[in-house]
Amino acid sequence: MTGYLESTLRKNREGGRKLLVPYITGGLSADWCEVLRAMADAGADAIEVGIPFSDPVMDGPTIQAASARALARGTTPVSLFEDLTGIDAGVPLVAMTYDNIVHKAGDARFAGELAAAGICGAIIPDLPLEESASWEAASAAAGVEAVLLVAPVTPDERLARICERSRGFVYAVSRMGITGERVDVAASAGVIAKRTKAVTDKPVLVGFGISTPEQAVEAAADADGVVVASALMRILLDGGGPEEAAAFVSSFRSALDA
Amino acid sequence: MTTRPMATPGADGRFGEFGGRFVPEALMPACLELEAAFTAAWADPGFRSEYEGLLRTYANRPSPLMEAKNLSERLGVRVLLKREEMNHTGSHKINNVLGQALLTRHMGKKRFIAETGAGQHGVASATAAAFFGLDCVVFMGEVDTKRQELNVFRMELLGAEVIPVTSGSRTLKDAVNEALRDWVATVETTHYCIGSVMGPHPYPWMVREFQRVIGDEARAQCQELIGGVPDYVVACVGGGSNAAGIFAGFDDTDAKLVGVQPEGGAAIGRGTPGVVHGHRSMLLQDEHGQVLEAESISAGLDYPGVGPEHSHLHAIGRATYPWVNDAEVLEAFKLLSRTEGIIPALESAHAIAWVAKEAGREIPEGSTVLLNLSGRGDKDVAQVREILAR
Repeated sequence: MTGYLESTLRKNREGGRKLLVPYITGGLSADWCEVLRAMADAGADAIEVGIPFSDPVMDGPTIQAASARALARGTTPVSLFEDLTGIDAGVPLVAMTYDNIVHKAGDARFAGELAAAGICGAIIPDLPLEESASWEAASAAAGVEAVLLVAPVTPDERLARICERSRGFVYAVSRMGITGERVDVAASAGVIAKRTKAVTDKPVLVGFGISTPEQAVEAAADADGVVVASALMRILLDGGGPEEAAAFVSSFRSALDA
Repeated sequence: MTTRPMATPGADGRFGEFGGRFVPEALMPACLELEAAFTAAWADPGFRSEYEGLLRTYANRPSPLMEAKNLSERLGVRVLLKREEMNHTGSHKINNVLGQALLTRHMGKKRFIAETGAGQHGVASATAAAFFGLDCVVFMGEVDTKRQELNVFRMELLGAEVIPVTSGSRTLKDAVNEALRDWVATVETTHYCIGSVMGPHPYPWMVREFQRVIGDEARAQCQELIGGVPDYVVACVGGGSNAAGIFAGFDDTDAKLVGVQPEGGAAIGRGTPGVVHGHRSMLLQDEHGQVLEAESISAGLDYPGVGPEHSHLHAIGRATYPWVNDAEVLEAFKLLSRTEGIIPALESAHAIAWVAKEAGREIPEGSTVLLNLSGRGDKDVAQVREILAR
């Protein structure tokens, strides 16, 4: 059965457009839900909501700083879910967090809490295929789509297995490294996007290091769309709010639609 | 065939319910490659003999087992010291590093990265990298670069680049995070030399195997010296590599295995199961799963987690993991210095502190205690002087 996340992304893709999924660290500021809604209104196809973790090993300085700020504000998974209560962004929300946050609550309880908060998908980057079976089962039972990741070094046979098991979309990590702004799109981005598209019909989104509308267009060429995180979070860390976030998302939307 | 408590883990890298391989997809191929490389090398007599040769001629093994007569007289229990602090670079860390450096060469990688707390693993890594001609980068929490200034200079002298880590608590936990972040970007040319029995499979198993030389030697030395096995085998535990190494020689005996933790980093006893740094193990964390900062006088034990096999040995009741506080550690630091003329590392002083505290109490008078003196205290002298002057 195809869930809300995957069916929305498929529908938008069939409508002929490249998909845009901006990221926000949940609990970053008092008005973070307004930022989220502004991003949705500015043309996001789905929104990735980071649940901050003390030790984000896949993240570069920007998202580390955003996570630290959210935690310093007293953000917990519970407070973040409460903030989302009654918020209808109008687009699917996908959680992104690390396995310890899931593990501490327990797979089934955490999946249930996500669903109750209106979050329909989840990305857990430190849960590779070998360790993700119980999370995949628990999230499926709660109606949450478990998004899996592929990396440039993923061998073909493994790539096919990951695509088969991923739900919602397949997250193609554009380069070997951590999240963060980059001056150019890695050559590996196009390669991994094409390799992934060749083995799955599920939406394939490229993420990591996509910082400008031009880079988004380039990275989306061989994929169904992009995830944009650090460049957007830097604007918010520098004091930007809903308006600045909307302008940022809007500039990516226009570039991708052009 | 009965399985020993410290058995070889299966393909899932589990020790009971602990261990595993919780790493990003980008690191999975490297973990699988390392597992295959280590499995083949460890079964290869050529690799083993090259490794053993290095341990003998470069690291100064076997390390002596010494009857600590003065300390024994003072405590009323018979204390045998396994003198790992007499190894090249001053601690047990060299055993593991030489193994991983050899393996790095076998895998054809040229860059060698490491995390370090007190600097012992960093110094050992820089040493092996110099010897094998590898490029070495060591990640060290900024707090620790100040606590252990001399070790930073030592690493630089050996040709390594030391990167002070300014994220999080700026100690060992964050040094591991930063090393992992580097590794994700460089994994195709770089080997991450993890310094303890932690991280994703195969590290906890591989590091224990590289350290088991401590236990294997001590078992034979005890046989010779006391005609059997000791009543207690005691070692300090941060991540737990020196403890895993010495326990591995006695897991199938009646000896009580005791891993002594710092009070402020007692993951076993004060923690709950968690997933961080690639494995599932006991962890100091809050109710939501945020990792807490450990607090210890010793940079090498200033770590909120513990190696997964220790969590397993605790769960099955094969080993116990008490803790001692900083004041007890300082007393033990002085005690060994004055009774035996050996200045121990603050890490190793934890093991001494527990024996000194429990001799005649939990440890019955007249018992024989094998204590792993994992490192020497030269690196700690300046820090201790400052603390005692306060």
